[in-house]
Amino acid sequence: MSCFAGIDSGSWNTKTVVIDADGRVLGSAVVRSGADLAAAADRTFADALAKAGVASHEVSAIWATGFGRNSVAFAHGSRTELDCHGRGAAFYVKGPLVVIDIGGQDAKVIRLDAGGQRVSHRMNRKCAAGTGSFLDEIALRLGIGIGELDRLAAQSGEDVELSSFCTVFAGTELLTHIRAGKRPADLAKAAYRSLVKRVLAMDVFQGRVVATGGVVAFHPTMVKLLEAELRNPVIVPPHPQEMGAFGAALAARDGAASVGPA
Amino acid sequence: MNDERLRRADREGASATRLELVSTAALRQTMAAYYRSLGDAAERKTAPVAWCSSVGPAELLRALGFAVHFPENHAAMLGAARTANRYLPLAHAQGYSQDVCSYLTSDIGAHLAGETPLTAFGLKSTPRADVLVFNTNQCRDVRDWFEWYGRTWGVPVVGISSPRSIGDVLENDVDAVARQIESLVPALEQAAGTRLDDARLAAALGASRECSRLWQACLNTAARRPAPFTFFDGTVHMGPAVVLRGADEAAAYYRILLSELEQRVREGVAAVPGESLRLYWDGMPIWGRLRALSTTFAEFRTAVVASTYCNSWVLADLDPADPFRSIARASLELFIARSEEPKQRYLERMIDCYEVDGVVFHDCRTCPNNSNTRYGMPQRLTERLGIPTLVLDGDVNDLRCFSDEQARTNIEGFVEQLADARAASHQAARP
Repeated sequence: MSCFAGIDSGSWNTKTVVIDADGRVLGSAVVRSGADLAAAADRTFADALAKAGVASHEVSAIWATGFGRNSVAFAHGSRTELDCHGRGAAFYVKGPLVVIDIGGQDAKVIRLDAGGQRVSHRMNRKCAAGTGSFLDEIALRLGIGIGELDRLAAQSGEDVELSSFCTVFAGTELLTHIRAGKRPADLAKAAYRSLVKRVLAMDVFQGRVVATGGVVAFHPTMVKLLEAELRNPVIVPPHPQEMGAFGAALAARDGAASVGPA
Repeated sequence: MNDERLRRADREGASATRLELVSTAALRQTMAAYYRSLGDAAERKTAPVAWCSSVGPAELLRALGFAVHFPENHAAMLGAARTANRYLPLAHAQGYSQDVCSYLTSDIGAHLAGETPLTAFGLKSTPRADVLVFNTNQCRDVRDWFEWYGRTWGVPVVGISSPRSIGDVLENDVDAVARQIESLVPALEQAAGTRLDDARLAAALGASRECSRLWQACLNTAARRPAPFTFFDGTVHMGPAVVLRGADEAAAYYRILLSELEQRVREGVAAVPGESLRLYWDGMPIWGRLRALSTTFAEFRTAVVASTYCNSWVLADLDPADPFRSIARASLELFIARSEEPKQRYLERMIDCYEVDGVVFHDCRTCPNNSNTRYGMPQRLTERLGIPTLVLDGDVNDLRCFSDEQARTNIEGFVEQLADARAASHQAARP
């Protein structure tokens, strides 16, 4: 069997997806990137192969993506995460479409035309607001684990506004609300609403909208708020956290041209 | 011998860097002579010293015998040497915000630290001014910057309060600015200790016009395929056009450079070996990352062939026969002094002239006046011309506002997009 693998070396997590020639996902794995990106890539690749029940010699091509894409020494090529998230989303949803990807350290808005060709992209500024780090900071301020934030927000009964542009200022604004007696559940939801507003200010959203990334995978409240703001359904494809790795695997399968340095 | 080396490197496409211009040696000599003469004026009192904002009335100052220091050039040196970030906090502590021009804050900070890159040319410190002359056609910050030094040294600060964000340049505006320039003369004569000589002013304007003509010709060579010259070369080789306005040495240097560029054109030598994509750069350089950015683009066989920035020192309106009005007109015709509509028309002309595949806009955190991303320009250009655009967040000197990783992903992603679009269009064109 001919298989292909994609490795997304992200700022927080490294993800690997193994696919067959039809793009079916055979196995995937996610590990913390940590400080040794190469070791994380090795580990997640081995995990994904084990889950797929595939031997490494059966993998015809491996492509890397993510900010650590050049640290994956055994990859045969690389594409940016801008390409891979778009490529992965276009596999599931016909264009024209807009892909919103929210990761730990950055947020991206990627526009694809009817043929799935990328026509533009926007990335967040050098700032954590509008990224997963913002939610981590808010969870820390509320004294809960990041995994509890979504469940807490689901209990919200009152709309509270977090208006600060800056993650640090949003943290102090949160303290003001706590002193004013606002409920943690309402503040958790306010954090998601703030993140959504930051992302929606990055571009104009018309047509189908697809959301990917770790934040999307683990924070369904954010997706609901996104839909409410857009007044349109937001499509969350399968394995949203591994969408970059999936797109890289598709690039490996398709033999996409690698524009990176030789 | 050199030509053979260049041709070989181009054929092999082996290097991921731009090809160095042989003229660079002459450039270094020209710039070093300028700095040494500035040092002589300031430290051995061989001439009075005037500070001039980058598009201030430099020809008038030259005609009065001043040695002219351009603090924006000095600040760019701090940025390129990546020392600016050491100095910025010193100016911030004086009440100059992190959000105002980082040229201003790094330059004042360097002065407070008692340091300057000009020591490499024998100067003990930044040259002390006898008078500081600003023109606010580019921004208000140059005035605030000069007034800090004026207060520090107790020397006069004079200048032109220019109309800004103008549409078509109207005669009324030219008249008003020309009158302001003329009204500077008595104060400048007093600081210079001499009277203005009309013939010297005409000669200075003639020298600047010739420099502009030649600099423009150098920049125009990049319209050829492959481009023999890039934006990154331009940021270095524009030095004489910036600091030697009104002096014959600038034109002398550009004759040397133009000759080399024309030879590259004749021989098909590319500044970026294996040039595949061509881009336009709008906005300020990111001085502390010029080499890194140049290398990144070159790795992707992408030539940044032209820029608004380097073209801003083409002052085609200067006219020895009509000195004050022509200086006024040249200062008002500049891109940075204009409103969105003429700016857009200008960018459309440049996109067409240089046949670029895309436009990179630098959104410079502390230079809103030279960040053309904030009123929808990239979107309008894409809508009108179908040209893809990329916005890079950064700063001219404050590297805290720039992320290397994010910039690299943005650039690489943009190159992927352009290369994919080209491949798709070639595929569609196949019978």
